[in-house]
Amino acid sequence: MEIAIPPAVAPDDPRSVARAMAPPSRFGDKAFEWLTLTMAMAVVVLVILTGWQLWLGSSLAIQKFGFHFLTTSTWDPVAEQFGALPFIYGTLVSSLIALVIAVPLSIATAVYLTELAPLWIRQPLVSLIEMLAAIPSVILGLWGIFVMIPWLRDYPFPWLKRVFGWTPFFSGPIYGTSMLAGGIIIAIMILPIITSVSREILRSVPDLQREAAYALGATRWEVTRIAVLSYARKGLFGAVILGLGRALGETMAVTMVIGNTPQIAASLFKSGYTLASVIANEFTEATTDIYLEALFEIGLVLFGVTILVNLIAQLLLKTMTTTTSATRAVQ
Amino acid sequence: MKSLKIGRKILAIVLLTGVSTSASAQMMINGAGATFPYPIYSKWFDEYAKVDPSVRFNYQSIGSGGGQKQILAQTVDFGASDGPMSDDNLAKAPGKLLHIPTVAGADVLAYNLPGNPALKFDADTIAGIFLGQIKKWNDPKITALNPGVTLPDQEIVVVHRSDGSGTTYIWTDYLSKISPEWKTKVGTNTSVNWPTGVGGKGNEGVAGQIKQTPGAVGYVELIYAVQNKMPYAEIKNAAGEFVKPTLESVTAALAAAEIPDDFRFSMTNSPGRDAYPIAGATWLLVYQQQKDAAKGKKLVEFLKWSATDGEKMAKDLQYAPLPESVQQRVLKRIDEIKM
Repeated sequence: MEIAIPPAVAPDDPRSVARAMAPPSRFGDKAFEWLTLTMAMAVVVLVILTGWQLWLGSSLAIQKFGFHFLTTSTWDPVAEQFGALPFIYGTLVSSLIALVIAVPLSIATAVYLTELAPLWIRQPLVSLIEMLAAIPSVILGLWGIFVMIPWLRDYPFPWLKRVFGWTPFFSGPIYGTSMLAGGIIIAIMILPIITSVSREILRSVPDLQREAAYALGATRWEVTRIAVLSYARKGLFGAVILGLGRALGETMAVTMVIGNTPQIAASLFKSGYTLASVIANEFTEATTDIYLEALFEIGLVLFGVTILVNLIAQLLLKTMTTTTSATRAVQ
Repeated sequence: MKSLKIGRKILAIVLLTGVSTSASAQMMINGAGATFPYPIYSKWFDEYAKVDPSVRFNYQSIGSGGGQKQILAQTVDFGASDGPMSDDNLAKAPGKLLHIPTVAGADVLAYNLPGNPALKFDADTIAGIFLGQIKKWNDPKITALNPGVTLPDQEIVVVHRSDGSGTTYIWTDYLSKISPEWKTKVGTNTSVNWPTGVGGKGNEGVAGQIKQTPGAVGYVELIYAVQNKMPYAEIKNAAGEFVKPTLESVTAALAAAEIPDDFRFSMTNSPGRDAYPIAGATWLLVYQQQKDAAKGKKLVEFLKWSATDGEKMAKDLQYAPLPESVQQRVLKRIDEIKM
């Protein structure tokens, strides 16, 4: 391919003056490049160091329990038998519940804020949502114990039991503190981040998209669905992943409402336990070496689970975008 | 104009404090460990600053596990723990470590029932409830102990601590002593593999869950039950008497407990007539051979003060003080610290 050569500059053109001066030093550019590279590398090094340190800290437990650590369910500090399975299960399930609740809510909120809401209502609503993100986790946890749990126990949970009690997920006695309560509190905590990021993404959808759809005679719903949501799909998916990252590591508020029982139960009314919670709960009073190392290994597992979930999400995103471009090509 | 004045004042204060700290070179004694006695320790350090202004204490309440680790690693001058150190951990110490008991506290059995009646429990019933074998409030074992109280046909919801804690250590220590089944199935530790129940984080978490859950029962430190105005049970002790948890009945338990020479004792199920059975002490951990003579001397002076004058402050902060007999033994032990 031939490169188009710009027309020669006339001598009286101001650009020729610039060319006549000494060439500008490239030092600034280079320094900037190196600086940003160092910063970017620092993040990578930090992640690797964290993983390495967790590995070192848990070497004794890894040697003793091996792969069984991931597949057994006993957590007995007295007998020094440790298995992480209920915690892995609890982390994944509570995060999943949180996503199921928070994603539709957040994206609907973001759509309303960017596409439908009258201008005067947008800013106050956005500020309120951002305020929700500023509530400290431990405060939310206390609110969870004293306000949310009694309410859930008295109204929504019995209703769920009446309607869906025939499924294993909503059976058994209702105590309030439960896997479901844990998921709900995480949902509240990740709602602001998914909403804000989704809103930014929807705002960046060019107006041309919308105008084109309107020009084709689309209704408002069709415009939102086809021109906006579908266009922004990749970005919205990214927003969800950000929320998921937070959900997996959420500690304080979850610990206060999830019941902290290392068990794997189908019923969401039963209490559960998460990886982050067991570390927060037991780290300070772990006196024996193997106990402490088992908790380190829990940290390593959490680290691994987070990375793995993110990788799977990236893969999903990739297949999603390639299939859409493939269908487009066919069309 | 006004803001300028205030600004100047702040500047003056900052300068003054800066000058005063640099002027008197104070000795700093560092400690770390248990959270349960933190309120009284910080009160002691405050009061002791008036007795001996040349020494300052820095105590970090990072938990008993951390306290034991740090004193073993010699990164602090003294450690603190809610449970005595295990033989394994003591063997790791580079020198002889002394256990110095300071104060004691009680675990109470708090509950949430309609009308909040006053209830009585014995060892068997408590073990049954926490093993998950007694499931209903109107179980014959409970009603037999509480004639005249109508108990509902309601499920018992057991609440326990989810975080590792000295409170749990005392509770499981008691259960292990009175129930062979508990001892083999669960055992004693700062956190255990609970046969039943839900976990709440911290005393405030357990207290909150008991208050919020009808039919709940759980254990909290005495002071939390008092502050939260929760009803708590009288418990039948080893002598067969029903005893209410109070500071006096805890001190009585300490006085009657069998305390070995190394002070690594457990005072649960103490034989005394007035003894409340579910109580435990908390310890300071110091090396017998102090590395830094000047620091060691100051530390010994402080320990002696805490075992005498300090003990008098315990009751105000809802801790049970050591009985006279134990105090004398502790003072003798402090004298064995060498510089």
